[in-house]
Amino acid sequence: MKEINDLNLPENIKYTEQHEWAKKDGEIIIVGINDYAQDQLGDIVFVELPDIEDSFTQGEEFGTVESVKAVSEIYIPVSGEIIEINSELEEDPELVNTSPYDKGWIVKIKPSNLSELDNLFSKSEYLNMLKG
Amino acid sequence: MENKLGISGLVFNEPFLWEKSKHGRCGISIPEQDVEQCLLPSDLTDGAPELPQLTEVDVVRHFTRLSQWNFGVDSGMYPLGSCTMKYNPKTNEVQASLPGLAYSHPLADEDVSQGTLKIMYDLEKYLCEITGMDAVTLQPAAGAHGELAGMLVIHAFHAQKGKQRSKIIIPDTAHGTNPASATLCGYKSINIKSNENGILAPETVAKVMDEDTAGIMLTNPNTLGLFEENIKAISDIVHSKGGLVYGDGANMNAIMGIVKPGHIGIDVLHLNLHKTFATPHGGGGPGAGPVAVIKELELFLPCPKIKKKDNNTYSLIDNSPNSIGRMITFYGHFNVMVKAYSYILTMGAKGLKKVSQLAVLNANYIKESLKHIFYLPYDIPCMHECVFTDKNQEKYNITTLDMAKRLMDYGFHPPTIYFPLVVHGALMIEPTETESKETIDEFIKALKEIAGEAQNNPEILYSAPHISKVSRLDEVTAARKPCLRG
Repeated sequence: MKEINDLNLPENIKYTEQHEWAKKDGEIIIVGINDYAQDQLGDIVFVELPDIEDSFTQGEEFGTVESVKAVSEIYIPVSGEIIEINSELEEDPELVNTSPYDKGWIVKIKPSNLSELDNLFSKSEYLNMLKG
Repeated sequence: MENKLGISGLVFNEPFLWEKSKHGRCGISIPEQDVEQCLLPSDLTDGAPELPQLTEVDVVRHFTRLSQWNFGVDSGMYPLGSCTMKYNPKTNEVQASLPGLAYSHPLADEDVSQGTLKIMYDLEKYLCEITGMDAVTLQPAAGAHGELAGMLVIHAFHAQKGKQRSKIIIPDTAHGTNPASATLCGYKSINIKSNENGILAPETVAKVMDEDTAGIMLTNPNTLGLFEENIKAISDIVHSKGGLVYGDGANMNAIMGIVKPGHIGIDVLHLNLHKTFATPHGGGGPGAGPVAVIKELELFLPCPKIKKKDNNTYSLIDNSPNSIGRMITFYGHFNVMVKAYSYILTMGAKGLKKVSQLAVLNANYIKESLKHIFYLPYDIPCMHECVFTDKNQEKYNITTLDMAKRLMDYGFHPPTIYFPLVVHGALMIEPTETESKETIDEFIKALKEIAGEAQNNPEILYSAPHISKVSRLDEVTAARKPCLRG
């Protein structure tokens, strides 16, 4: 497993306490799990995705990620409606391991309140939390 | 380790029976036909099933070879413990094979089934005595099925009160099947966290318990192997809001003859006969998950119910208007009940208490012997199982999985790993009461050597096991791209 200093944590995205990331892309938010989460879980074998048009409020469970070790719930970083899901993960869940911020994105949301992004961690705040 | 338990030996590769099949081979001689052939109408038949054609010795060798690949509690220590299945004394098999029991039939009339009915009736009473509850159903086919039956009873209780509730409280140290059982009854699980000592604090329950909550499901001892010492206070909180307390009795092996769940506020409890009462499970046969309840809930138990009549005969009664209904065809897995009945009578009250005492002693002995080598997240006396983690081995890049796999090379079955989920990298060891001190010492020695290897020779752990028929399996590909057909 990676040392905290070896983690790939981009600067331009926001992090949650449960290790999801959220990235603003125009009017939408792209969501995935971060490098720490994929590294801790190990080889991911299944991602349970929500349905398009499902709505969630910030912090609500919207799916699960399953590795050979465990099943983990994933929580929505900002409230909103699911407008797109990464259906490639159904065939290739390992994209979450190999490309957590790019090909391994999980859902795209139309946010209902963009200011909720401010409740999330920046890279340095997230790192501080990890280091405890 | 000299003379270590696990060594390699000659085992055989064995193809599928289909691949061994040769046209015309046969294992039996069918008697010559001495009546005129009478064929079924063709619209009732659809050709003969295609079965492999084999001789008797083909079949015997096939299954003998497969059995040699196996590791079971009859071949060595199996630290999954009662969590899965403990050692099954052979006398239970002898009793269950008695022709009068083995050939009893659920459609036989009651007057020729009095013996089987009496065994079931008496077993219910014994389980009432052991649990301190008032009534038992033996119907459910296994633990999770028992949970479902128990939760349906709780659901029926609230329905009869005239107001169904919507939520159920489940701590993070409960069994994973608990939320599933509750969800099937339409309850939403409210998850709460155990405290820094791994047990549940009454305040945590008080915060979420309200009049829309049907009750709480908890496991005692919990999945960390710790006794929920606030159980009475917790059940008082739940009862004061009109809720019920469901006890998952999967870990009853730690407390028989010492604690009666019915005396500490539990209202509904399931037992796993294949865990605590030494009946086989998995490949050994079906399970059984009886449910015990307090007096007020007896009317909701599944039907048919076994009644003892005034003239000392027994009968199955279907007329039970408040019952949740039938959980299974006929009356559950009778053969399993006979084995549990045999176990209870063989051990007696003192023996069952001793079982729990030794199970707890053995687990604590392992915990104390290994806690300086493996990280012990909760350093307090445990019940029937102890939970370590791989934290001390992390610096060598060795995980719980690597150490568990390596144990096979020493001749031990791996323990439960990565459960309970509240402990990162959990290695959960449950020796049970039947292992001798010599075997447990051997097991401790093996784990100590593995910890040494983690430090000095990690490579040997990454690819373990080495002497088993198959080495490290590719679990990732198996899960990502499962091959579900031969």
